[in-house]
Amino acid sequence: MSIRGKIWKFGNDVDTDVIIPARYLNTSDPDELARHCMEDADPEFIRKIRPGDIILAGKNFGCGSSREHAPIAIKGARIGLVIAESFARIFYRNAFNIGLPILESAPAAAEIQEGDEVEVDIEAGAIIDHTTRKRYPAKAIAPFMRELLAAGGLVPYVRGLQRQAGER
Amino acid sequence: MPMTISEKILAVHSDRPEVTPGDLVEARLDFVFANDITAPMSIRVFRDAGGEQVFDRERVAMIPDHFVPNKDINSAMQAKELRDFARDQQLPHYFEVGRMGIEHVLLPEQGLVLPGDVIIGADSHTCTYGALGAFATGVGSTDLGAALVTGRTWFKVPESLRFVFNGELGPWVGGKDLILYAIGRIGVDGARYKAMEFTGPVIEGLPMSDRFTMCNMAIEAGAKAGIIAPDAVTDAYVRGRAKRAYQFYRSDPEAVYEAVHEWDISGLEPQVACPHLPENVRGVSELREVHIEQAVIGSCTNGRIEDLRMAASLLKGRRIAPHVRCIVIPGTPEVCRQALAEGLYEIFMNADAIVSTPTCGPCLGGYMGILAAGERAVSTTNRNFVGRMGHVQSEVYLASPAVAAASALVGRIAHPADIAAR
Repeated sequence: MSIRGKIWKFGNDVDTDVIIPARYLNTSDPDELARHCMEDADPEFIRKIRPGDIILAGKNFGCGSSREHAPIAIKGARIGLVIAESFARIFYRNAFNIGLPILESAPAAAEIQEGDEVEVDIEAGAIIDHTTRKRYPAKAIAPFMRELLAAGGLVPYVRGLQRQAGER
Repeated sequence: MPMTISEKILAVHSDRPEVTPGDLVEARLDFVFANDITAPMSIRVFRDAGGEQVFDRERVAMIPDHFVPNKDINSAMQAKELRDFARDQQLPHYFEVGRMGIEHVLLPEQGLVLPGDVIIGADSHTCTYGALGAFATGVGSTDLGAALVTGRTWFKVPESLRFVFNGELGPWVGGKDLILYAIGRIGVDGARYKAMEFTGPVIEGLPMSDRFTMCNMAIEAGAKAGIIAPDAVTDAYVRGRAKRAYQFYRSDPEAVYEAVHEWDISGLEPQVACPHLPENVRGVSELREVHIEQAVIGSCTNGRIEDLRMAASLLKGRRIAPHVRCIVIPGTPEVCRQALAEGLYEIFMNADAIVSTPTCGPCLGGYMGILAAGERAVSTTNRNFVGRMGHVQSEVYLASPAVAAASALVGRIAHPADIAAR
């Protein structure tokens, strides 16, 4: 699974209220949530990004509430991947459950700059900054979690298993 | 092998003799719930995963507390999804407006979550029930939806951090100040993925309400759980409420902790978390020049009767500053009834504070007290992120009910002792 896009950089402790403010939580429609993604950090964000672009952030990305609307808003905005120094626990689990690729890499979070063109190989855990021609390692994703991402989340993954069992 | 209380509870619920941090376990769940924001997605996952009947109707709750009484049409539609699901599934623990309270105040009060339980809720403040000596943690809607089908979920056993609070609590200092102090010391990711175990003579002397407040905010340090060993105080609270059998666990004296933080809190003054992170903690007396437009007293952190009594003790016979809105939000109908019986409503209203229906409301910028650009609130809630209570240019200062009430009276952040001395 390979992702290539432009970097949009944020700081430490990006909380779920910034990713999707609670005033929009009266719906769970991914397109509607996507319209307000990162709005309180950058009101223009959703108009600037292109499909496949990458969010890069510091430590503790996704801290705060358990709202699954947060990774859904990011995925709905067609962001290809989030790279951060570290992720908050509930966000980490939610991202895999809904099939949003995320990677932990402290060196990438520290060095890569906004606007850089970056390519990521999820299986290999390799991050390549084509702007600076530098490579960064990422923390490996467990094979089970990679299967979740490939399937598009926990529900399609479980349905796939059920289908396989039915065919046997 | 010696284990912490968290490890013991997870071991028992995954039918293992022992667990160690880092182990992946599939645990039996004693209680599972969601609210009006998170349940609609969970219900969809439940159906998509082929769910027909929830794993155990007695162990499931649906609580429409965030935007209910319905704040707008979309919220009404979401709340209706819960209601229809609860009816369809014949869930005994669905709470309609009038019986509904803020989930983390309501469930312990109703004796539905108990010592020794493993509990997940689709809400990050599910960690509140650690105050009962349970292992409780927040999850997203997908995990919750799957758990509605199976009654189980997987966990990575967390490392534990031990916090030892020594010394004597000063006047007007309680659980809210202790947890703000702890978050200020270790930071908003200081306990990321870990269990925070609160111990020491100060904790042993705390009433249940303050213990709930402390465990409630463990998530604000990134923790998976906050937990306090159950004792006679826990027993007195749970007895007479418990709807099921329960079990007390304690950490072994030789249990292994990733770190131990031991603090003498004698002389600690009331603590306030400044915008825009719960770790920006200062002593209240450093902030006396900060003017406020609103005070909120309530929420899953501080919406219990003890919190309202604390606020009322300062508001009694006094008047809120003319330009300040003081909104009091009792956590549950039971808290409302008790406050009425004790005359607290009269005290609040005579002070020009107003009392709301139980709801999460303004805490997460839903309704019932949204801030305009440039406005500031002192609030007994749990988060002060950018835009949390309204406009992106508004500010929230987190504090105890005593500090919130004192501040409402003078229109600036105030030390409760300043008011009491008048």
